[in-house]
Amino acid sequence: MTRTTARNGARSSTRTIVLRAIMLTVLALAATFALDPFRNYQLAVVAATFCATAGLTLLVGLTGQLSLGHGVLMAAGGYGYALVAGPAADAGLGGVGRFALGIAGALVLSAVVGGLLGLAGARLRGPYLAGLTLALVIALPAVATQVPGLGKDQGLGVPFEAVPAPLAGVMVVEQWHAWIAIVVAAVAVTPLVVLRSGPAGLRMRATHGDEVAARLAGISPARVKVTAFVASSVSAGLGGAVLAVVAQNVGPGRYSLAFSLLLLVAVVVGGLGSVGGAAVGAALVVLLPWLVDTVVSGAGMPADLEQRLSGNLAVAVFGALLVAVTVAWPGGLAGATAGPRARLARRRRPAPAPVLDPDTDPAQEPTSDPQPLTER
Amino acid sequence: MRNHATTPTPRRAPGRAPRPPAVRAAAAASAGVVGLALTACSSPAAATPGIDDETVTVGTHQPLTGPAAAGFASISAATSAYFEHVNANGGINGRTIEYVVKDDGYNPATTQTVVRELVQEDEVFAMLNGLGTPTHSSVLDYLDQNGVPDLFVASGSTTWNQPEEYPNTFGFNVDYVVEGAALGQYAADQDPGAVVCVLGQDDDFGETFLQGVELALGADGVATYQTYSTSNEDVTAQIGAMRKAGCEINLLATINGFTAMSLGTAAKMGWFPQWYASSSGGDYPTLVEFLGEDVGPKLLDGFVSANYLPNSPGSDWYELFQQINDEHNAGAPFDGNTVYGMSVGYLFAEALAKAGEDPTRESLVEAVESGELAGNGILPLSFGPDDHAAYDGVGIAVVSGGVQDFVDATYRVDGDTVEAVEPEPVPLEDDGVPTSD
Repeated sequence: MTRTTARNGARSSTRTIVLRAIMLTVLALAATFALDPFRNYQLAVVAATFCATAGLTLLVGLTGQLSLGHGVLMAAGGYGYALVAGPAADAGLGGVGRFALGIAGALVLSAVVGGLLGLAGARLRGPYLAGLTLALVIALPAVATQVPGLGKDQGLGVPFEAVPAPLAGVMVVEQWHAWIAIVVAAVAVTPLVVLRSGPAGLRMRATHGDEVAARLAGISPARVKVTAFVASSVSAGLGGAVLAVVAQNVGPGRYSLAFSLLLLVAVVVGGLGSVGGAAVGAALVVLLPWLVDTVVSGAGMPADLEQRLSGNLAVAVFGALLVAVTVAWPGGLAGATAGPRARLARRRRPAPAPVLDPDTDPAQEPTSDPQPLTER
Repeated sequence: MRNHATTPTPRRAPGRAPRPPAVRAAAAASAGVVGLALTACSSPAAATPGIDDETVTVGTHQPLTGPAAAGFASISAATSAYFEHVNANGGINGRTIEYVVKDDGYNPATTQTVVRELVQEDEVFAMLNGLGTPTHSSVLDYLDQNGVPDLFVASGSTTWNQPEEYPNTFGFNVDYVVEGAALGQYAADQDPGAVVCVLGQDDDFGETFLQGVELALGADGVATYQTYSTSNEDVTAQIGAMRKAGCEINLLATINGFTAMSLGTAAKMGWFPQWYASSSGGDYPTLVEFLGEDVGPKLLDGFVSANYLPNSPGSDWYELFQQINDEHNAGAPFDGNTVYGMSVGYLFAEALAKAGEDPTRESLVEAVESGELAGNGILPLSFGPDDHAAYDGVGIAVVSGGVQDFVDATYRVDGDTVEAVEPEPVPLEDDGVPTSD
């Protein structure tokens, strides 16, 4: 295969991805009309969490860098947003301008934090990197209390984004926030999908598969790892910015260690490396605790038992789910549905157009099929 | 170092078509959308929620679990018990009060979720006594946007008293400026030459309290100002610094746990200065529980604190609340939180009674702003169209012989001046169930 055809292939697949993303975004925006305000709020939080899980699944699934502290990157985005949008609001700026500035702040801060982590990640491996990210998430409350201007435990207030006048008669603020969240999620995740299916994704897989071999093939593993970390961090940062907008506040309380670990559980349950799985995982992170609490409070248990279960039962359910999914479908929920859908896809497109030579090393082929965890 | 236990290399049987990831995202997202979809819609609504001919539903967010639970979880139980008392006596204008308590674990992120749930799912008529400055600050705009009456916030921050910006929000606790000023003035009245120091929480609580103290004593009236953070359970350094500064009267802007810790730490050093605490951290039964039955009463003898609720043992209110506590709260330990929770309930019942036969959210807010509410404090309520703070003065209570009771010292803050006033306790009427007249 020549270089040009490869490039053409990449371009056409990029176009497909973008078209699909637009389609999905429009679909999701339309769906908000069918939801009541509380579900729209939950949808917004799911979309924000999706930004983080999508980045995380890419980072862990493709480059094999384990981050236990992705919550910190979301927090960086949230603080970045608040630190820019807050003064902008004080200066009398409003509307799209302030939002765009805030998002820029989120991008910069999360990219810087992600870049620094990536530089460390290029030198540290496996458990050491995991340990570093773990330390970060544990340090977050102390940083928020000690660094002036971060609002301590109380966090920073974020200017309220009201429904724009032309839409005020059509929707309430929750739906508008869901719209913001969906659009930002689309903008954050689509580049990740493009990255994943393009040459950068290949380089990530190559680095993960065998660093020495990748280096021999002319790939710089350090650069690949930093790129992956920054991409993943920026996406998580955008998610954090959305959460800050929705909640009108960013503080260390939301980004606890438990939350960061849940993000990881979410991507493993959803299927490592799978963006769709990351979406399912994000929905689980947000909806499962709420669902469990609703069931618990509806079951009419004694008050003290209910109080003891509050918050704890959801974590137990997550643990059980993780075990069950790993045993039943080692590839995660995405792997569980892969079989039937693959058959469907084959029937629809009998002649697949492979981007790569058929005789390439299978380990480097682009794929969305994560290998079962148990086989390693 | 080829492999990583949890990070599989993607692998595929040769010849299988690579599925574009977007397809997956599509399927997953549509599944999510379908899963989320319920029948209701997001169009702006009209009718007054949370009230019909039989019941009024009010909601609150409280720390039932988490770091603040130990000090505050009993408040909402007391409020619920008081409402049961009201309901057992026929309710307010024939309506019973249903109190929906949601646990937020003192985490602002959780507060945001549970308050949305209260407003949108449980459709509460009003929010009552949402607890905590960081937690409640995070839902202030949301409640304002949705026009939900946000009554009697359980925090002494001055944030709640902004009628222009938040017309529906009212505080309950006397604000920390008033407490600091009153305690500072009492210190000056008792011992004019004493070296006064302040230990405060490193947030709004400590800072506004310090402002109050400086209001009473002047900008250089405080010898040293030390702060602590709730996330660090040790005050040895701060107490040491205060001892070194020669402090004789220590003013505390601390929550109960840290009040106890400060007294205990100083006692371990063999240092016994005088302690003056704000109402948020000056509840005798709670402090004794923290310090232990054996040393607590000894350490706390002569302990000074501020309060504005009918906390005098033997008063009519106190006895009524004890009775309600036995009947409707399964005889839970009776302390300052119990009196606080029931007083909040009483004030809400009174506002509801004054809001007319068929209360709306607007008429409820008007009733609070009318200035006609009496409450049950030791001073008149200060609510009005331009004032959304409940109390502008406090009484001083001193522990003597194991009993914490008011002494003859009550202060009001009017603008920038602290003045001694006579207490005007509200008499108990109608068995503590307010009527509309």
